[in-house]
This record gives sequence, C-alpha cells and structure tokens, in this order.
Amino acid sequence: MNYLHNIGAYFLMIKDMFRRPTKWSVMKTLILKDIDDLVIGSLGIVAFISFFVGGVVAIQTSLNINNPLIPKNLIGFATRQSVILEFAPTFISIIIAGKVGSFITSSIGTMRVTEQIDALEVMGINALNYLVFPKLMAMLLYPFVIAIAMFLGIFGGYVACVYGGYSTSEDFINGVQLDFIPFHIVYAFIKTLVFAFVLATIPSFYGFFMKGGALEVGKASTTAFVWCSVVIILLNYLLTSIMLG
Amino acid sequence: MIEVNNLHKSFGDLHVLKGISTKFLPGYTNLIIGQSGSGKTVFLKCLLGLIEPEEGTICFDGQTYSELTINERRDIRSKIGMVFQGGALFDSMSILENVMFPLRMFTKMNLSERQDRADEVLKRVNLPNAHHKKPSEASGGMQKRVAIARAIVNNPKYLFCDEPNSGLDPKTAIVIDNLIKEITDEYNITTVINSHDMNSVMEIGEKIVFLKDGVKEWEGSKETIFKTDNEAVTNFVYSSELFKKVKQMYLEERN
Repeated sequence: MNYLHNIGAYFLMIKDMFRRPTKWSVMKTLILKDIDDLVIGSLGIVAFISFFVGGVVAIQTSLNINNPLIPKNLIGFATRQSVILEFAPTFISIIIAGKVGSFITSSIGTMRVTEQIDALEVMGINALNYLVFPKLMAMLLYPFVIAIAMFLGIFGGYVACVYGGYSTSEDFINGVQLDFIPFHIVYAFIKTLVFAFVLATIPSFYGFFMKGGALEVGKASTTAFVWCSVVIILLNYLLTSIMLG
Repeated sequence: MIEVNNLHKSFGDLHVLKGISTKFLPGYTNLIIGQSGSGKTVFLKCLLGLIEPEEGTICFDGQTYSELTINERRDIRSKIGMVFQGGALFDSMSILENVMFPLRMFTKMNLSERQDRADEVLKRVNLPNAHHKKPSEASGGMQKRVAIARAIVNNPKYLFCDEPNSGLDPKTAIVIDNLIKEITDEYNITTVINSHDMNSVMEIGEKIVFLKDGVKEWEGSKETIFKTDNEAVTNFVYSSELFKKVKQMYLEERN
C-alpha cells in the first residue's frame, strides 16, 4: 500500500514541479550550478570506469576466443556492442545513481531537515520547481556523459587489446566498424534520456519528502539509490524489448 | 491584522488544535506561549500556510487565506517574513546572498540596488561586516540576526518567529528579542512569536496567547500575566526557581 502511495506522490511531484516557475534569471543560475555539480562533477569517475571496464571487456572477449576460425576482429566488435548497448547507458547510470542520486537526496534532504524548504515555501516559492526542475534540466546533458563513456570504453578496449598483445590495431578497428547499426546509438541515447529523468527525479522525491533528522537523510539516500537502480533495470528491460525486440 | 477563528487541526487520532480563535494586531509583538507539545508550532505552521487546518479560518487583513487563489496566496506569502528556529539560512549562499534572496525573487531591483538594501538591513541588525561569510561560519546569534535581516529585507507586513532565541545565551537572547521589538515598532508590522521563554515574555510580550493541549487557555499582556488566577498559566510562568523568587519578592513587597 505504501508503494502505491509513493508512486502516486511521485507523479504528483512531477506535476507540481512544473507549476509556478521560478524567475528565469534565478533558474538560469541554478541550472548552471547543477550542470557543474551533477554532470561536470561526474566526468572524472565516468571516464575512469569506462576506460578500464572497456579494457576488461576486450581482454575477456579475446581470452574466450580459442577457436582459430573465429576472426580476431570479433574482439573490437564485441567491445563496441557491449559498451554502446549496455555498459555505457545502463551500467554507468547505476554508478551515477550512487554518485549523483545520493548527492541529490542528501542535499535536498538536509534542506528539509534544516527547514530551508519551509523557508522557500513561506516566501511563496514553489520549492519543487526551485530545487528539482534545475536538476532535471541539468541532466538533459547526461547523454554527453554517456557519449564520452562510449568513446572511452571502446578506446580502453583498443589500448588493452593492442598494447596487451591480444589483437592488432587493424583487427580491432575493423571489428569496431563491422556491421555497425546507427540505430543502436539512437537506442542508447533514448535509454540514457529516460534514465536521466529517473536519476534527477527519484532521488529528489526521496529527499524532498523525507521526515526526521540526519539519520533519515542517510537512509533516504540509500533508499533513493536502491529504487533508482531497480527502476533503471526495469526500464532497461522494457525499452530494450520495445526498441530492439 | 491577523484574525484566527475556530482553528482545528488533527494528525490521525491526535487532535492538536482544538478551536483556537484570536487576533494579532499590527505594531504589536504577539507571543504564542505554552509548554512543549501544546500545539504552538502546529498553530504557527497553520498561520504560515505550511499546514492546512481542517476547520476554521485565518484572515490576513480581512482576506480569508483558505478562500484565496494560488496567486493571491503567493501575494500574501511574499508579504510574510519568517525567522525559523534554526535560522534556515541557505547553506550554499553567503550571508549577503541569503539576505538578498527575497529581493532577487520578488523585486526587479538590479544587483547594486539589492546589495544596498541588504547592506542597510545587515547594519540594522548589527552585522555590518559579515557579508561574505557562509552561514556555517557564523555563530548562533549571528545566524539569528541574518535570519531576521532576510525576513525584513523585503518590507514584510507580517513577521513570524519560531523560538527566535532558543539556543542563545541570555544576553544575546535579550538582544534578539529587543531587535524584533524595535523592528516591529519601526515598520509597524504584525509580529507573531512562538516561544516558551519567560524572559521573552517579560521583555517584549505586548500580547500573549497561552496554549495548553491545543486550546487557547488564556490571553493578555506581560502586565497581566503575573496577576492572572489561571492555574495553567501560573504553573507555566512560575515553573522556574527564578520566577518563583520574583513572585515571592513581589508578594513580600506588597505586604
């Protein structure tokens, strides 16, 4: 019953977020700050993980090809497909749910605990629009993060393969270009945009409506991460079935 | 003027406010006092529109809040200044930015006009040199003064304070009380203070509403509170040794 209540409250929050918009001059500053906090601030960890996981995917693929009849360019092909279709959009989103999601929940939750949200509401400001909408706008740039993750993942695979002696540079590049379907990129970016919406709104929901003190802020951050991950995995299945199935 | 009629509020089975009616006049420091759990905070939150009462009306200068449209409510709220118990200053902003915030949101002032006005009110609350500090770098007393500066920067008609001197030493508490009183007189605003501090009552209690178990048990002024026969009020007023001593001295002097 509580789940149903939360789902209803979540969609009402989404609706309320668009009511009584904040002045554009203020909103612009908030969006730029959130782009810095949520998007630019995530680039380092995304780049690091993408590069090394891309490398591991390439190494694992090459180690599992024992048959001499299987061409070596399969390594590049498998790395590209894994990175573009699943690793960059989905795996990175789960990591971002931990980093960005807990940041959003704890920052909004702390504002709730210290009555800063009440202060906004007393002034007649729509606190949901002021706090959540800029985060949603900032996360519209999330596909750029994923594009970087895709590039670095494949590049990591190339470096690991070529410099680790698993295949030649030519084979890997041939593999990366083999049977390339541009729609896969569209599919990945559509998924990414949907995940961006989830990553901005679910943690905001748990932060905004939390009750209690500092301990509850921590609990809300954990709950937000768990639900973000669950929703991302479910939506990933749903979108893959609809778009590629 | 703020007029409250027959205000009721429950949370589940718990009936917190049981038909409170009173008036808060402009130019007066109105105090809501009572023990913890008497319904003071819920009453204040109802006045602020943060909690919707189940029954009863709240009128701001003749306008019944519950009958107003969202935009009309927003207009009323833009005339409210609020000092929260913990200050509720925005952590991400400096003290100057906190004070300029209502001006940025609700006026068409440019940056230099906003800074001039914020300077003016920060001087008024005796904080002329703390502009660029973050709230976390300010002491409790400074945070309260910044909260007052933010509350009055946009010339509010109504000022609400939730336990403005809680957590402060007695001397700073008196400074904050007097500052609120001076501002009330200076701007002729309707000030409503939620407190359980008898020192505040003695300093600035021009009108006092005493709540007990969600009911308005008594109302009067600081002059009449010590003469009342209401048992709940006298129990509250003379709960501290200091006030018991004061009463004893008063009686001895009278005899």
